[in-house]
Amino acid sequence: MIPELGHFALILALLLAALQAFFGIVGPQLSRERWAAAVIPAVAGQFVMVMTAMGCLAYAFASFDFSVRYVADNSNSALPLIYRIAAIWGAHEGSLLLWIFLLACWTLAVAIAARRMPPQFAARVLGVLGLISFGFLLFTLVTSNPFLRLEPAAPDGHDLNPLLQDPGLAIHPPMLYTGYVGFAVAFAFAGAAMLAGKMDPSWARQTRPWATAAWAFLTCGIALGSWWSYYELGWGGYWFWDPVENASFMPWLVGTALIHSLAVTDKRGLFKSWTLLLAILAFSLSLLGTFLVRSGVLVSVHSFAADPARGIFILAFLILVIGGALSLYAWRAPGLKSQAGFELSARESFLLFNNILLVIAAATVFGGTMAPLIADALGLPTLSVGPPYFNPSFLLPILPLLLLAAVGMHAGWKRGRLSEKKRALFSTALIAAAGALAIAFGLFAPASALTPVGLTLGIWIVLSSLIDPLDRWRRHLSLPRGVLGMTVAHIGLGVFVIALSTVQSFTLERDAALARGQSTQLGAYEFRFEDLGPVEGPNYDGVRGDIAVQRNGRPLIMLHPEKRRYWVQGSVMTEAAIHSHFGTDVFVALGEDLGAGRWSLRFQVRPLVDFLWIGAFIMALGGALAASDRRYRTVKSTAALPAGAAGEPAA
Amino acid sequence: MTPRRRRLVLVIGILVGVSIAGALALSAFRQNVMFFFDPSQVAAGAAPAGERFRLGGMVQKGSVQRTPGSLEVRFTVTDFKHDVPVKYKGVLPDLFREGQGVIAHGHIDGSGTFVAEEVLAKHDEKYMPPKIQQSLKPGAT
Repeated sequence: MIPELGHFALILALLLAALQAFFGIVGPQLSRERWAAAVIPAVAGQFVMVMTAMGCLAYAFASFDFSVRYVADNSNSALPLIYRIAAIWGAHEGSLLLWIFLLACWTLAVAIAARRMPPQFAARVLGVLGLISFGFLLFTLVTSNPFLRLEPAAPDGHDLNPLLQDPGLAIHPPMLYTGYVGFAVAFAFAGAAMLAGKMDPSWARQTRPWATAAWAFLTCGIALGSWWSYYELGWGGYWFWDPVENASFMPWLVGTALIHSLAVTDKRGLFKSWTLLLAILAFSLSLLGTFLVRSGVLVSVHSFAADPARGIFILAFLILVIGGALSLYAWRAPGLKSQAGFELSARESFLLFNNILLVIAAATVFGGTMAPLIADALGLPTLSVGPPYFNPSFLLPILPLLLLAAVGMHAGWKRGRLSEKKRALFSTALIAAAGALAIAFGLFAPASALTPVGLTLGIWIVLSSLIDPLDRWRRHLSLPRGVLGMTVAHIGLGVFVIALSTVQSFTLERDAALARGQSTQLGAYEFRFEDLGPVEGPNYDGVRGDIAVQRNGRPLIMLHPEKRRYWVQGSVMTEAAIHSHFGTDVFVALGEDLGAGRWSLRFQVRPLVDFLWIGAFIMALGGALAASDRRYRTVKSTAALPAGAAGEPAA
Repeated sequence: MTPRRRRLVLVIGILVGVSIAGALALSAFRQNVMFFFDPSQVAAGAAPAGERFRLGGMVQKGSVQRTPGSLEVRFTVTDFKHDVPVKYKGVLPDLFREGQGVIAHGHIDGSGTFVAEEVLAKHDEKYMPPKIQQSLKPGAT
């Protein structure tokens, strides 16, 4: 009964989404105010329906309802409750429902903030969001209904993929999707402006907190995914340039360009049509990411489905949304000329180059990700594109970008006058270079020419970000949230670059075949294979090693890597053991029984690797701070404002 | 500078930057793209000795041989028409099993053995184009 209720709720949500799209888009076009006013109830109703569907699926999982195919496929009576809940987005159908649910949350947040927007504009924004929601609901109901029954009911479930039974994965997809879907809001704002054919002077200011919030969620989502793959996939890599990772990284790059371009449109009224284009691109890439991952075009651990009907539907949807938006853009954008000019050394130019470099970086990633597909479609020999392509061609635009970031923060709008900050910039650059050389040559042996370059840039960005806040503090000036957010995000970027340079240059790694009592040396660390014993969990058994780690001859810790065998699917999983001190990770993974009493083991020492994710989270924190700036909430203060509506998406 | 000249400088700068980046990315692409061959293509001489490529196929049942107590392992990759012997030294992925699909990353040495630097099992975290999936299908189930 409950699954049917969920199914019915989804159908009602589809109808409400259609109403929301129709009233929102057609109402303002025909100047029918009462039509436009009907959008808000449709949004609320749709939210309740989608929430009901989500609740029904959660209930089916919680109550072991194996008569529902999706539940039987993705859970098991031995699966703990937290993973039964996380199993909702453990496969294709449920992750689509999660997508729809998050879109409903964002839409509701926009509807709450809509009191501060011109009513026609708000209706159009909500209408565009309704259109997207309609497409996804239709897709779910037609090709991927999670509420389908299994006849007869399965006696027990097939279990959740053991790779996904992990706390990191319980939150990675919701975070990532919140980011993806958040760009739908920026897209809807762009769509509304294009439908109206004019851009309100406050348009960019209205859009900024949404885009920044979406960007912050996406940053968190990508970082969590990378962290998860680092400790859960077992072998200690944090980024593989896997197409699925690229699929989330491309919207991030374009989204980063978007939030910078929005700043120019907001402050100076420039780059209007370019900003619109970026908003379209960011969401299109989010959709493409969904398409790449979910259609089974790419086969990797992330792709659950390989159903061509779904692929064709998503492709059609993609063409409709992206093609429609771009046609609208081609029609309307020429009317949005920016008048003002600026000097070459002004902040506008720095942000222009920031945008160009980010888009080039996104394009190189796009090229590398799509090349195998295109080659395949054209019947060319099967290609594979990996890190040897991505690493250099990505660094090429990114290195100058980092250099520009350190300087550009201090350029003034319109007229660039760096003179007052020149000395501070110069001295921080010297300190950064000295620090980088000390780390690269003093602490470690130098690895490559890029090491000191990367370290210098990272340290310089951190120091350079601090110049302005320190200056304001010294002169007893206030520090608005927006500026604080920018500072924090740039510090996060610097920390990330420092960590990346260190990890890439100074990681030590060794595979060894050891018997009990033997040990191996890796830098200052000694690993001794003490013992091996059985281990049993709620739905798996396996073996567990005892590895004593010493640093410079002093005992540091006992690590316990595991090799698990999950009963239901019979799959074997490596649980690496990681000890982190001062951001340096000591990593041990248990391989396999090699015979003759020996086991294969993988040892790694990765200095500062934790700061990769810490840096990313600092960036996201900066985004959250900037999005919560009060100036975005006082755009049109005609009515009494509810506190904390804008920039606080319901997550 | 007049606004027009400024714009000209900007546009030229952007064009130059984009074309340099494009040319470099393209050359990186041409140098670093790896081809994928199945054992039949290898048997037909598609892969020159010493050149790196990806070999994909099925691990032949009963072909995995270990040197006891060491990391060295030998196995045969097959597409049920031709076989390629593979040599690898290191930790094999969790999903590596006889009768399952693998992709190995490496080159053919003088004796016709594929020396793998990296071995990925099917459903590993890395990329596997659909075509490889197809070529792996016959014995996958």
